[in-house]
Amino acid sequence: MRKNRYTLAVLVDNESGVLSQVSRLFSRKGYNIESLAVGTTDTPTVSRITIEVMAEDDARARLLCNQLRKLFPVHSVKLLDSSHSIRRELVLIKVKAGTTEARSEIIQIANIFRGSVIDVAPTSLTIAVIGEEAKTDAIETLLEKHGILELVRTGVVALERGAYTIDDDTKEKGEFNYGKVAFS
Amino acid sequence: MKLTGARILLECLLEQGVDTVFGYPGGTILNVYDALYDYRDKITHIRTAHEQGAAHAADGYARSTGKVGVCFATSGPGATNLVTGIATAYMDSSPVVFITCNVGENLIGRDSFQEVDITGITMPITKCNYLVRHADQLADIVREGFAIARSGRPGPVLIDILKNATAEETEYAFLPREKHHTRGRLAALIGRASHDMTAPEPDIEDIDTLAHLIGEAERPLIICGGGVVRGRAHEELAEFAQKVDAPVAITVMGAGGFNGRNPLTTGMIGMHGSQASNMAVDACDLLIALGCRFSDRVALNPATFAKQAVIVQVDIDRSEINKNVQTSHHIVGDVKRVLSLLNERIGQKDNKAWKDYVFSFPTETEYELTGEALTPKQISDIVARTAPWDTIVATDVGQHQIWVTQHFHYDYPGQLLTSGGFGSMGFGLGAAIGAKISHPDKTVLHITGDGSFRMNCNELATVAYYDLPIITIIFDNRTLGMVRQWQTLIYNQRYCETDIKKEPDFVKLAEAYGLSGRRVNNAADFEAALKEALTCGHGYVIDAVIDVDEKVRPMVNGGDHITQFLLN
Repeated sequence: MRKNRYTLAVLVDNESGVLSQVSRLFSRKGYNIESLAVGTTDTPTVSRITIEVMAEDDARARLLCNQLRKLFPVHSVKLLDSSHSIRRELVLIKVKAGTTEARSEIIQIANIFRGSVIDVAPTSLTIAVIGEEAKTDAIETLLEKHGILELVRTGVVALERGAYTIDDDTKEKGEFNYGKVAFS
Repeated sequence: MKLTGARILLECLLEQGVDTVFGYPGGTILNVYDALYDYRDKITHIRTAHEQGAAHAADGYARSTGKVGVCFATSGPGATNLVTGIATAYMDSSPVVFITCNVGENLIGRDSFQEVDITGITMPITKCNYLVRHADQLADIVREGFAIARSGRPGPVLIDILKNATAEETEYAFLPREKHHTRGRLAALIGRASHDMTAPEPDIEDIDTLAHLIGEAERPLIICGGGVVRGRAHEELAEFAQKVDAPVAITVMGAGGFNGRNPLTTGMIGMHGSQASNMAVDACDLLIALGCRFSDRVALNPATFAKQAVIVQVDIDRSEINKNVQTSHHIVGDVKRVLSLLNERIGQKDNKAWKDYVFSFPTETEYELTGEALTPKQISDIVARTAPWDTIVATDVGQHQIWVTQHFHYDYPGQLLTSGGFGSMGFGLGAAIGAKISHPDKTVLHITGDGSFRMNCNELATVAYYDLPIITIIFDNRTLGMVRQWQTLIYNQRYCETDIKKEPDFVKLAEAYGLSGRRVNNAADFEAALKEALTCGHGYVIDAVIDVDEKVRPMVNGGDHITQFLLN
């Protein structure tokens, strides 16, 4: 079955155990996380997780969001529309660079991709590139012939375009809070 | 006032109005039990034979009273023995707070004696769980834990407390329950949900839409699910069903949410649903599901379920909407409030033709009498006419569970205690203990099968120790009946590991625990035994021998269309 890639933005309590709670939900519902990035937000007690996951269709992706919203440390969840959001990933690539020719070619490639050389050693160079997978995959392919020693990705982070935010009050959000804390 | 963590825990239980705790002591929870010694006159502790029994008892207590049940256990095996009980409570949305202690901070993470990561283990089967490292976090967490267990869609919460936290002294100030939402974690949680202590109203436009749909409908059907029982919305539902003039099908978890003797009920729905219920699902033009998640045992095949109908789902948990069956309209809210708002908005309807059609099918299966042998239907009928009307019934899992759900008529929420979602064999006796402790004046029956009974019959020790007059009725067919039924119908009668050729002598077992027992083979003897059990004033085991080939009827195979009866 063909699957699509979905990007979920999740705001959670910045507490120990929360990340494992969120990530375990995906495995227990039968999904594999493609990419995951976590960091604190402008509010230090709140972290933002960006998760990319392959799902059968929109309905299944929305169900996953619903299950996430049910967790107590989760504040809000938004399924980001790929055409209305910006997605970026930072990749660090350590490449073999023993000769002068190799060095200059690698630096040229890095410049074309608006990457930067962040470490220089006698036999290697480390390049940092920011972009979507299409771009980072392309530079990875170009550098492969020089011999990639190590490669690390941060995982995709994403924000919606325009003034929309994850906190936009929707009726749906109110409905979820009802199930969590309907004190009477 | 400075108190130890153990005392703070008990003070917090008193804040919640807890007077009964089920549990089992052990090494790491000793500080709590030591403190409990001084609270004996305020908190009754029921010690079961096994932690699983304690978990089911706290669950049975919660289901029968509507209050939060509380269960104590020690670390390691004490905590893991709770796991089946926690999962049972989670699947059936039963509010129970489980309190376990773990090894001290100096020993944690070192594979110390009786150490286990119980918060990790129970993460997917609790609404929320906590690891308390120090006494100063305790009161705040216990207050939040209880609020979460009983609010919204109820469910189990686990609080694991390190041993050092129960010994440390810290400042404690009494805070009445009404003020818990003003402080600490709970205040933050409620603030985030952006509403105050009063439950938000369901969306009025959504209510009006449903009222309009009801006005248009010619063939409405109501499903009474477990939410009606948990929300104690039985009175509102009775008025609603009468006004809409719609048949009401009842799920296993919904038993007691709608009076089983009401002429509008079509009986059970789903895999073992009555013909009336299942045929009505197929033909209705409006299906109103109240607190029902369309589990695979109810909807069977979600793609063909109620194909002719506009499906409306009313649930307190938004994540249940469209999870199993795609609906056309939904209302998120407390079913009691939703129904009372609807009742104000709808007029009296008359659906005589539709009801005539639905009730042309049987609402209950008739069984033929086969000679001398005792039949499950006879047992159910004799119990129904001999035991008091408000008898609480706790069941295990299997054929007996379905028989008593189909043939007893439950009148109020909390009357039937059964593991509907998780299907835990061995649930019944613990649950019966919890129900009897909370309802000493009511008759409590534990209905079981010979297979289920063997799982947790050790709790007869608890029945005897606390002198609880609980009556156990074993539907004894010397086989694992429900599994055998599947083997008969689906697996070409290859009876692999289901028949139990040599059962223990259940009467002698009862006597060994200091209880009475009787083995019966026919209706007259069963009735006599039941009458003796009802008046003897102590625990009693009736071993009712039935035929090995008795089957639960009707039956629809899992995943098949709801009217595709394998057995009628």
